[in-house]
Amino acid sequence: MKIKINISSDILTKPIMAEAILETGVLLNISQAHFDRSHGEVVADVEKDKFELMCKALMDRGAKVTKLDTPIRWDENECVECSACISVCPTKVFALADDFSLEVDETKCIQCATCVDMCPHNALSLENNK
Amino acid sequence: MVKKTIHEINSRIRDGSVSVVTAEEMVHIVGELGAEGAAKEVDVVTTGTFGAMCSSGVWLNFGHSEPPIKMQKVFLNDVEAYTGVAAVDAFIGATQISETLGMDYGGAHVIEDLIRGKSVNLHAISHGTDCYPRKVLDTTLTLEDMNQAIMMNPRNAYQKYNAATNSTKSTIHTYMGSLLPSFGNVTYSGAGVLSPLSNDPDYMTIGTGTRIFLGGTQGYITGQGTQHSSGGGFGTMMVQGDLKNMSPDYVRAANFAGYGTSLYLGMGVPIPILNEQIAQATAVTDADITTNILDYGVPSRDRPAVRQVTYAELRSGSVEIDGRDVPTSSMSSFKKSRMIASELKEWIARGDFFVSMPAERLPKDVSARPMKQTEGIALVSDIMAVSVVTIGMGASIYDAAKTIMDTDFNHLPVVDENECLVGIITAWDISKAVSQNKFDLVEDIMTRKVITSSADERVAVVARRMDQDSVSAMPVINKGRRVIGMITSDDISKLYARRS
Repeated sequence: MKIKINISSDILTKPIMAEAILETGVLLNISQAHFDRSHGEVVADVEKDKFELMCKALMDRGAKVTKLDTPIRWDENECVECSACISVCPTKVFALADDFSLEVDETKCIQCATCVDMCPHNALSLENNK
Repeated sequence: MVKKTIHEINSRIRDGSVSVVTAEEMVHIVGELGAEGAAKEVDVVTTGTFGAMCSSGVWLNFGHSEPPIKMQKVFLNDVEAYTGVAAVDAFIGATQISETLGMDYGGAHVIEDLIRGKSVNLHAISHGTDCYPRKVLDTTLTLEDMNQAIMMNPRNAYQKYNAATNSTKSTIHTYMGSLLPSFGNVTYSGAGVLSPLSNDPDYMTIGTGTRIFLGGTQGYITGQGTQHSSGGGFGTMMVQGDLKNMSPDYVRAANFAGYGTSLYLGMGVPIPILNEQIAQATAVTDADITTNILDYGVPSRDRPAVRQVTYAELRSGSVEIDGRDVPTSSMSSFKKSRMIASELKEWIARGDFFVSMPAERLPKDVSARPMKQTEGIALVSDIMAVSVVTIGMGASIYDAAKTIMDTDFNHLPVVDENECLVGIITAWDISKAVSQNKFDLVEDIMTRKVITSSADERVAVVARRMDQDSVSAMPVINKGRRVIGMITSDDISKLYARRS
């Protein structure tokens, strides 16, 4: 499952993710990371049944953890099912079914937002990631 | 030999006995029965396409105000419409963008909003005349309030279109969508097997006066589209239809990031099967239609073709470029194209839509010409400064400052011991270093990622790069990275000042 880890400026320089991984033995697969002077924000994948464990380890170190239930929002009313999104997505979130309907597997999304830029109909947007 | 007339087909539509299939279904019927058998069996084949058609717009007649105005400039929701005709007529074009919202909202959005029943703000100005005294007008109108709203599109429904890719090292944003670096993806447009003009490439039944499906209602082909280039298989058509009867299912505003707005439009042409030649033509498949993948990374009218490809390959999800599988995206919707072909089929089967013979067929074997340009195309080598002062990377900041003062050059290319470009330093870089009390070497404060150009590039292309990278000067280098000149925004300004 996808989670977002928010790190405040006072603990930005501490290796809290490395510590949490070492302490719990739970693997984090980082897909997006952004750091500036004010804060840090990391999007990562963690196994569902290990989430609680990892979440606690990170929170103990001062991070804020949010579940990304809908990493990419697909507005089916705006979508014309052209498939523009398919070729730019690095993780194959989008596919066309046999009847050329668009299928969206949001669990694969790493929130890179390339598809958001690509979509001619503004039918794709990122959730929880403002 | 099968020989049918439009009249016979229309009487079958009237009495409900007509046999109508989509162009996809026709492929199998011709496959089974052969062209002659299929021509006996089938009366009408329906086609459909739904994609971005930038060359679209609507003629609006607003009715006269009291006191009346002869509109000189008119804006709908801040998007300018063209009104260089009679007093209260204007043409709202799909790609015109909002004065305030820019690329987020354009003529296409105004058109969609009108179809959806939303009201739009009209603002018009005029110089005022004895017969039209009013100078400014502001009101709010819906589609219902207009006398006419006639969609009239100069160029729609390309027979086929080039596919797009990008050889450069950065993502580019085009009307074919985002094209990822190093041939990262391929985008294409067109309905292939369902494409109206590809199903009658000799225009045996298509031309001025052909009744069609347009935006969810009946419309007409009014003639060849602009840039109609039937010789190369790039035919287009000019169409019109009543916006008041159109549906947002088939008329949708779009934004292409970095390009602007466009209109996605649904269109379908019925092809009456008058003989076996026409039946054979409608059996065309995705595998029969070839196009070129062009490199949109080359900012030229003559984009080089990377390879030839069929619509079947494009629709498979990936194509091979240089031994690598590159993912493809359709920018038009095949699902919607199918819906259009099916809906048109239903209209005909129900007796709501009759086929027509054109008053004149679309012209064959013509080609669109590139623009005649009377001004020479300026190259970097025409306007660059050739006496360039460079500085070595090991020089001191004091040396650099002195060189700038002595020579009056604001930008100094920095070179290594082989005279190859390794950086650039400006008067501003020096001021910054001095203000921080840093008196190091040039190589410590120079900008290492230098934006450069080559002598054979066109000035218009280089000017855009300067703008995008926010620099005011670029070293001109040769293949060995030796500095052979310098081009500045001043040089470019002077070039255009001289011309006007």
